[in-house]
Amino acid sequence: MAIEAEAHTHWSPLLGRLWLDAIPQEPIVLATFVVVMLGGAALVAGLTYFKLWGYLWKEWFTSVDHKKIGIMYMILGLIMFLRGFADAVMMRAQQAMAFNGNEGYLNAHHYDQVFTAHGVIMIFFVAMPFVTGLMNYIVPLQIGARDVSFPFLNNFSFWMTTAGAVLVMMSLFVGEFAQTGWLAYPPLSNLAYSPWVGVDYYIWALQIAGVGTLLSGVNLVCTIVKMRAPGMTMMRMPVFTWTSLCTNILIVAAFPVLTAVMTMLTVDRYLGFNFFSNDFGGSPMMYVNLIWIWGHPEVYILILPLFGVFSEVTSTFSGKRLFGYSSMVYATLVITILSYLVWLHHFFTMGSGASVNSFFGITTMVISIPTGAKLFNWLFTMYRGRIRYELPMMWTVAFMLTFTVGGMTGVLLAVPPADFVLHNSLFLIAHFHNVIIGGVLFGLFAAINFWWPKAFGFKLNVFWGKVSFWLWVPGFWFAFMPLYILGLMGVTRRMRVFDDPSIQIWFVIAAFGAVMIAGGIGAMLVQFAVSIWKREELKDETGDPWGGRTLEWSTSSPPPEYNFAFTPIVHDLDAWDDMKRCGVERPTSGFRPIHMPKGTGTGLILAGLSTALGFAMIWYIWWLAAVSFAGIIGYAIFHTFNYKRDYHIPVETVEATEAERTRQLAAAGA
Amino acid sequence: MTATAHNLDQPKLQAAFYDLNEHDHPEGGSTMLGFWIYLMSDCLIFAMLFAAYGVLGGSLAAGPGPKDLFDLPLVALNTAMLLFSSITYGFAMLAMEKGNKGGTQAWLLVTALFGAAFLFIELYEFSHLIHEGATPMRSGFLTAFFSLVGTHGLHVTFGMIWLFTLVVQVAKKGLIPANKRRLMCLSLFWHFLDVIWIGVFTFVYLMGML
Repeated sequence: MAIEAEAHTHWSPLLGRLWLDAIPQEPIVLATFVVVMLGGAALVAGLTYFKLWGYLWKEWFTSVDHKKIGIMYMILGLIMFLRGFADAVMMRAQQAMAFNGNEGYLNAHHYDQVFTAHGVIMIFFVAMPFVTGLMNYIVPLQIGARDVSFPFLNNFSFWMTTAGAVLVMMSLFVGEFAQTGWLAYPPLSNLAYSPWVGVDYYIWALQIAGVGTLLSGVNLVCTIVKMRAPGMTMMRMPVFTWTSLCTNILIVAAFPVLTAVMTMLTVDRYLGFNFFSNDFGGSPMMYVNLIWIWGHPEVYILILPLFGVFSEVTSTFSGKRLFGYSSMVYATLVITILSYLVWLHHFFTMGSGASVNSFFGITTMVISIPTGAKLFNWLFTMYRGRIRYELPMMWTVAFMLTFTVGGMTGVLLAVPPADFVLHNSLFLIAHFHNVIIGGVLFGLFAAINFWWPKAFGFKLNVFWGKVSFWLWVPGFWFAFMPLYILGLMGVTRRMRVFDDPSIQIWFVIAAFGAVMIAGGIGAMLVQFAVSIWKREELKDETGDPWGGRTLEWSTSSPPPEYNFAFTPIVHDLDAWDDMKRCGVERPTSGFRPIHMPKGTGTGLILAGLSTALGFAMIWYIWWLAAVSFAGIIGYAIFHTFNYKRDYHIPVETVEATEAERTRQLAAAGA
Repeated sequence: MTATAHNLDQPKLQAAFYDLNEHDHPEGGSTMLGFWIYLMSDCLIFAMLFAAYGVLGGSLAAGPGPKDLFDLPLVALNTAMLLFSSITYGFAMLAMEKGNKGGTQAWLLVTALFGAAFLFIELYEFSHLIHEGATPMRSGFLTAFFSLVGTHGLHVTFGMIWLFTLVVQVAKKGLIPANKRRLMCLSLFWHFLDVIWIGVFTFVYLMGML
């Protein structure tokens, strides 16, 4: 199989570069396309048959309720996770078989897209929606608020993230995706070396999703700073809220860098500018520096909220206040600041000299101190606690064991001379999967098992949860320990075929691990399905199934639209635990009408227009780009002429809802 | 709270733990903070462009440099236009504080006039450079220059669109709290662009002529 060198030269005013050659000819992609189309048609037909479009539009798509938006983010993350994992399985299969002259089943053009798409999807469209969704759902509840600061903006942010995901998915069937690796370094990503649409899909997907991420960051920072319940001082905030605050500060202070660097790459590609070109005075290494100035804070954007999750889970399931609350807060703040001072460790091999490399090597190692402090805090919280090994706690323990190993290999990579050997090797791949899977994903699984009963009013099935756990955790070790070994032997990343047959066994073991993980994912989907099926048996009417400590457990499950009929007043850390110990009874009379924001379709419409703009720019359809851009500006202005954005929930509705809650609690015997 | 709680009866406990007499929160309480945070993130975009200019500013690729291209008196005039527009925006805000609707609109329009003059002079400068062959494609320096100055100009353009929208909205609804808040946000935005321009004028134009 030769490397594809097809020239795509067709251009017409109506369709731009879009022509018949945009439909992929490879049988694997074609078959996927057919399956996806059939599935999509079945879904649309089902929704139409059951007349669900109106419900979805009114109750979900246009909703500004932070809880519904949070759930939609989680669904987006889950769908994209399946796509990203499919890419992972394809790579593991290819690498396990491509020995002894066997070329495997993926040609280079396809394989390079697969590893690029895997990275882009897992970071931007899996981890980010999961983390944002979690923060969206939990933070307002934890601080005793009724919604976020800017509810419409929240809806808009979600749809912009979705628009980016839609563009990435489109690239699978219309044209191609980037073949550059997930950060699209120039000069490879310049027009000369990536002439067709792949890198443009990458740019516009990230750019549009980035708008959503940035705005949701602004939104949550404001929410946490301005909307806490009375009495909740900064040092009485739950740890998850603290880590969310730091994450959103990082988002606000890092994503503009990505926006800027993507714009620079755009003008290089579209207008022939010279930011990152090889000739005419451009500097490709400037791109690498700038993108990692975003990229390193990004990894802390992903992990910090999960540190918060582990803190909540550990203290809840140990039945104790978190050990070292203030040291946890300060450790989070120190990590937030240090995350900006380490970016160069991603390219020690740039050759910036011993002193620069030493500086960044040392700052990198220093980050392990606050992180280590956190681990000890969790361990001391467990120490002499009454530990209940429910699913969230199991994931937390798995995290502690796994993440620590990943952290230590990270410190190893932080030593510049060692990094010169291990740079771009599979050792690096093993390291960051070790911390991202062991930290972010295990944390998400802990969070999903922990907060699912809050969101839906019933617990998740324990049996299938344990099956998933025991397939996932060993599966992870099987899949990635071989990569450490291969990396130490000098195998580099992103290889499609291998010459040395003696290393094949390690790739086979890794592929076996991937199969186990596939089983774990399957068991998790079964867990969701079985739990929904048997939701009556798993029902929780108390709203507080785990003996929770923070305010989200003080309201019903799922919480009413307004979250709290009366805003709680906070006197201590772990406010709900405090209320339980003081024996406060929930007020059952004296309700008032509640002031709430109104839903709007503007977010969805603007994001739809942005998708059209992105698609038009990718395919050089200039008329469509102009029209959709004008549409975005025009519609945004039109939206600002609507001044009536709120309403009151009538007191009768509040009374009825709360009376139902009283009945539930009585039935649950609480 | 546990220590004192045992001495309280249930209604008192409830009053201590729940806000029983809550009133509606005033609308837009987070807007100024949120807009300020957005502006700081926008500031970072400019920081990146300044950084790129710092890196590429000397990469002339055997093409023209700042001293061959910049017309300092013209840029000084341009700077004056933008600074005047900031002063007149301030007058608009003073009129707003006095509840003077017509005055607010009039000063906003004067601001727009100065903004338009600024954009006109900038476009004139750009077209002049391009006619001389100093296009953004010519060198790393020119790429960074056009991108930094052009991004600022785009911001001013969007500020103008926003300004005209607000003139219409003030005409329709008057100086209601929502409109005052919007005028306040645009005020922050407009002065922010001034501060950025002072950076551009100093680091790009003045230091380029040294």
